This record gives sequence, C-alpha cells and structure tokens, in this order.
Amino acid sequence: MAKVKGAVTIDLNRCKGCDLCVVACPTDVLALQPKEVNDRGYHYAFTNNPDACIGCASCAAVCPDGCIEVYRVALN
Amino acid sequence: MTPEEIIAQGTKIYSRPRLLTDNITHYCPGCGHGVVHRLVAELIDEMGLEDRTVAVAPVGCAVFAYNYIDVDWVEAAHGRAPAVATALSRLNPENMVFTYQGDGDLAAIGTAETIHAANRGENITIIFINNAIYGMTGGQMAPTTLLGQKTATSPYGRRADLNGFPLKMSDLLAQLDGTCYVTRQAVYSPAAVRKTKAALKKAFQNTIDKRGTSVVEIVSNCPSGWKMPPEKANEWLVANMTEKYPLGDLKNI
Amino acid sequence: MEEIKLMKGNEAIAHAAIRFGIDGYFGYPITPQSEVLETLEAEMPWETTGMVVLQAESEVAAINMVYGGAAAGKAVMTSSSSPGVSLKQEGISYIAAAELPALIVNVMRGGPGLGTIQPSQSDYFQATKGGGHGDYHLIVLSPSTVQEMADFVGLGIDLAFKYRTPSMILADGVVGQMMEKVILPEQRPRRTEAEIAEQCPWAATGKHGRSHRNIVTSLEMEPEKMEVNNHRLQEKYDLIEANEVRFEEHFTDDAKYLIVAFGSVARICLKAIEDAREQGIKVGLIRPITLWPFPKKAIAELARKVKGILVVELNAGQMIEDVRLAAGSQLPVHHFGRMGGIVPNPDEIREVLKNIIK
Repeated sequence: MAKVKGAVTIDLNRCKGCDLCVVACPTDVLALQPKEVNDRGYHYAFTNNPDACIGCASCAAVCPDGCIEVYRVALN
Repeated sequence: MTPEEIIAQGTKIYSRPRLLTDNITHYCPGCGHGVVHRLVAELIDEMGLEDRTVAVAPVGCAVFAYNYIDVDWVEAAHGRAPAVATALSRLNPENMVFTYQGDGDLAAIGTAETIHAANRGENITIIFINNAIYGMTGGQMAPTTLLGQKTATSPYGRRADLNGFPLKMSDLLAQLDGTCYVTRQAVYSPAAVRKTKAALKKAFQNTIDKRGTSVVEIVSNCPSGWKMPPEKANEWLVANMTEKYPLGDLKNI
Repeated sequence: MEEIKLMKGNEAIAHAAIRFGIDGYFGYPITPQSEVLETLEAEMPWETTGMVVLQAESEVAAINMVYGGAAAGKAVMTSSSSPGVSLKQEGISYIAAAELPALIVNVMRGGPGLGTIQPSQSDYFQATKGGGHGDYHLIVLSPSTVQEMADFVGLGIDLAFKYRTPSMILADGVVGQMMEKVILPEQRPRRTEAEIAEQCPWAATGKHGRSHRNIVTSLEMEPEKMEVNNHRLQEKYDLIEANEVRFEEHFTDDAKYLIVAFGSVARICLKAIEDAREQGIKVGLIRPITLWPFPKKAIAELARKVKGILVVELNAGQMIEDVRLAAGSQLPVHHFGRMGGIVPNPDEIREVLKNIIK
C-alpha cells in the first residue's frame, strides 16, 4: 500500500488562532505560536511537526477562516 | 520528502474556495459561521451555481455574510429573509435562492416568515445556524437557549417558568407539507463538517430541482457568547446542544 | 388596446397593475382594499403576463416580499389599509434606504388603532413625513377618481424606477370603494431579463456573467460613509421636489378664498365651491396630487392673492401643517375635518366656508 504524505500551508495573517485545526489534526502536526503573533495580534497556527502530516485535510475542514490549504503525495 | 517538496510536487487536495472573497471575516475566533460560509462557497462553485445564486443575509452575526461569499446578495430586515427569498425565487424561478439565518432571526422575530415560506413550499434553501444565543448583540437569550443556560438576559440560567422552552424549529418545519428536506447538522469536527457539506449539497440540489423548501439547521458554537475558548465551546456543544437538538435528518423525501 | 370599464377604485388598481406590466404583487387582506388582491387572484395574470400574485401571511411579509422583488430589479407592489400600512413601515424604510423602486398602495381607513373600516385621510402624516425610521420620503400620489387609481399605478411605478425610491398611492376608502368609468391602458409588456440587467445594473439577479457581485443592503457601519448615503438620499429628494410636484387648480384666477383638499374630499369641495360661487362667493380650489413633494410654491403664490384658506380633510388637521408652512402667517388658514369614517357633504363645507368669511 502506498504511503501518503501531506503538507499544509497556513495563511498566517488570516488565522485567528482559534486552535480548532490543532485539535482536529490526528497526527499532532499543528500548534499555535506560543509567543509570536500575526498582524492582527493572534497567536497563529503553524506546522510544529510537519513530517507527521498525512494530508487528511481535517485541519482545513474545521478551519473557520479558510486559512489552510493541503497538499498530498503518494510514496511507493 | 520535505513539506516544500510535497507542496511543489504533490497534488493540492484542498484550496481556499474561489468564491470566498479575500475579506477577513468579522467573526470571532473559532466561530462556526466561517466553516459554513466556506462550505457554501465551495458548493456554489462545485455545483456551477455562481451565476444563478441569490443569497439573503439576516440580521445577526451573519449580517455581513455578503462581504464573504462572492454571489449576489440581498440583506433582509431582521427575521424577514424567507419573505425576501420568496419573492426573489418566485420572480426568478431559475435562480438558486437561499437564506442564511441565525436562531434569533429565524426562531424568534422571523418565526412567522420562516414557517409560512416553508409551508408554501417555496423553492429555497434555509440555512439555519443555531448557537442558542444572540451573538451579535452580546450574548442574550434566544428561543433556542437551553434550560439552565446562562446568557446576558438569563444570567441565572434559562427558566421554563419565566422564559418557556427551547424551540425546536426544525422539528416544526419538518411537519409542514411544503418542506422536502429538513436536517440538523454540525461543524464541530471534520466528520461533522463533511456531513454538513453533503446536507447543503442536497438542499441546493432540491432548490434547483424545485422540490420545495429545504432546511439545513447547523448546531453551532458561540465561543464569545458562551464565554468559552473554541475547543471548549465545541465540547460543550456536543455534551449539551446535541441532546436537545439531535443531529441527523428529520425529513428527507 | 385601451378599454372602458365600470369598476371600483380597488379593482382599477388591480387591472392597471396587470396592464402596466407589474411583475409581482404581494398583499394581505384588509378592508377597505381587499378587492385589489381578490381581483388579481380572479384575473390570474400569471397565465397571461406572467405576473406573480401572492397572498402573504402578513403585511410584514408582504412588504418584505416587495423588498426582495424590488432588489431583483422587478416592478413590484403591495396594497393595504392603514393598520396594515403601519405594519409595513419597517420594510418601507428598508426599501427607501436600499434605494429600491416599489409601489405601495394605502386605501386609508379611520384610526388610530383598529379604528374603523370607513374612509379617512388620517395617514397623511405617516405617508408624507416618512412613516418608518430614518430620514426618507416616499413620492405620495393622491388619487381622487377611479381613473387616477388606475393611472397612478403606472405613474407611481415609473417614478419609483426613475428615482429608485418607493412611491405610494395614498387613496381613501371612498375612492377605493366607489365605482366609476375608467379607461384602462393598453397592455404594456413586462420587462425582459435583458432589459432589467441593462436598466437595473445594481439588481440582485444572480451574476449571469457579471464580473462583480451585486449587494442590496441598507447597512453601513462607518459613520462617514453612512452620512454620504444620507446626503445622497437627500439630494434625490431635492431633485424630486424640484421636478415632480403635481397639483390641480380650479377657479383660482379670480378667487378671494382658497380651499385646499386632496383625494375624494377635493371632489366634494369642488361641488361646494360651485354652489358657493352661485351665491357670489369667489372661492377656488387647489388639489395637491403629489402630497410629497407638496405644491408649496403654488400655494404660496395663491396665498398672496386670497384673503384666507380653508383646508378640508378627513382627519384632525394634518395637511394643514404643510399648507400653513407654504402660505406663511400673513393670512388665516382654517381647518375643517371630519373623522371616524364620516365624509362631509358639499353643503356642510359651503356653510363652514361662509362662517369663516363672515
């Protein structure tokens, strides 16, 4: 079975730091910036553990602000 | 492969919908409105409805919905969206007309317009965001507020003897001969979001097919009004809201 | 082609609506105007012109259907009577604020409250001063014949589109209920979608290839922008006041006294004036046809020539305020009003006039 790897991009200035993508991610890829804030003062989401991403798009599904885009490759 | 390589070489499986405008929404962090807006924008594009969609915005938090979804909009007076949609649909029957309303708009001030539009079987979709509170005005009690739930106007918790009972509008609407599809969904998890998208798709398809009124209630959160962080709000929703407002189809004919 | 018929004023409104190519009518039954909806339902114009006719669940719903139809660039109307028109005020304010064209008919009955189903003119203030919340005006047309009931449907909707503002036919129960000969206009075709797209580029029709989305709203949260919106409305009202004043004069050339009356009362006053003239009293009549914009200039000019003015209305004294503002304080302006559904007869008015002159 082909192994799937994923990657996400986050529009950090659109992010409101709601944390719902962090909660939704099954492989703990995402986290909120503990200190840094974006232009609007939010602790935005980032890929803290990008190698674990399986490209399931759960984060994008629950994102209320449409910040997240998801890519996927199948590795043989 | 590095994330950069995956982005460069892989398949983009999820993009920001083309019909969401670039405007950053005024919604609070974690608010379910944004998720539903995104699903609506995705579906209008996927179903090829951009040119013939006319949406009706409510009064409430979604009053500015027209700033976010790139289709024609009419902003209605508080509660009157189904009446406005009735005329939009009847005068341009080939258009896909939907209303987007909160529980204050739909279940309090607009109860009559909602019930009668549905009872006439208007070919419209009613998207009903039920978060059991008035969000925009600062978290007051709604007809859908749960018993015991604390709000700005029920500071000691909603009491049946003072304020009556939570109003289950979708159950009422499902009783009407004019509705073809009444469902209650949610957007608190990836699985729930996917189900909601399927429900909205069915509703829009019913509207195009002129099958009568479709109602998609979405039990949603109000982190600010409930005074909880978004994650806790979603947990509270699952633990409390879904008991009074069980998810699933109420009518599907 | 034109057709001559005998019918009630309310029926004339319905027939005229079909013939003027109105796209949609949304109403709710209320005496004394229910014949409008009844006639439309009986005529079934959806089978002929394609006009949509719908009995709404309330006046509130009906006016919001009008708002929705107008937002799509359609020629839409509603009709009601006083208590029902009170319910419509919220929607009328939104229509005015969103700069939409629409026609509202009020066949007035006596108030306040549930009042009576008999004729009255006691909604003059409500119609001409705004009615709902915010700074806005309606173009208010006052018919005094069944013919004008029919004609003003066309005039009202045309003015509404010309200025993108709601207009109102402010009729009274007398004109609504009485039967007269009426010449109905030739059938005017309803506008096509292409014509609507061209004439109403602002309308929420669905994009249909348009590059941008249309938004119909009256909401603006930035005070500076909202003030601009208000100024734009006021400039439009100035333009309407400059261009759309309509009135009728009778026997004003040699008049020593002037009666000002509108609607059905103007006809009764005309008879009183003819009787008075037979008795040597030189009295003339001004009948405002547009109650807003009000014929201020015409009244101001006549006020310089006559010794006194009598305003006759089916109310406690409403239009008299506009007459006084126009006439100034150089001459006495009297009021004679009947209320509660009572309509004065010509003899009564002539005697009031004679008493004033004494």
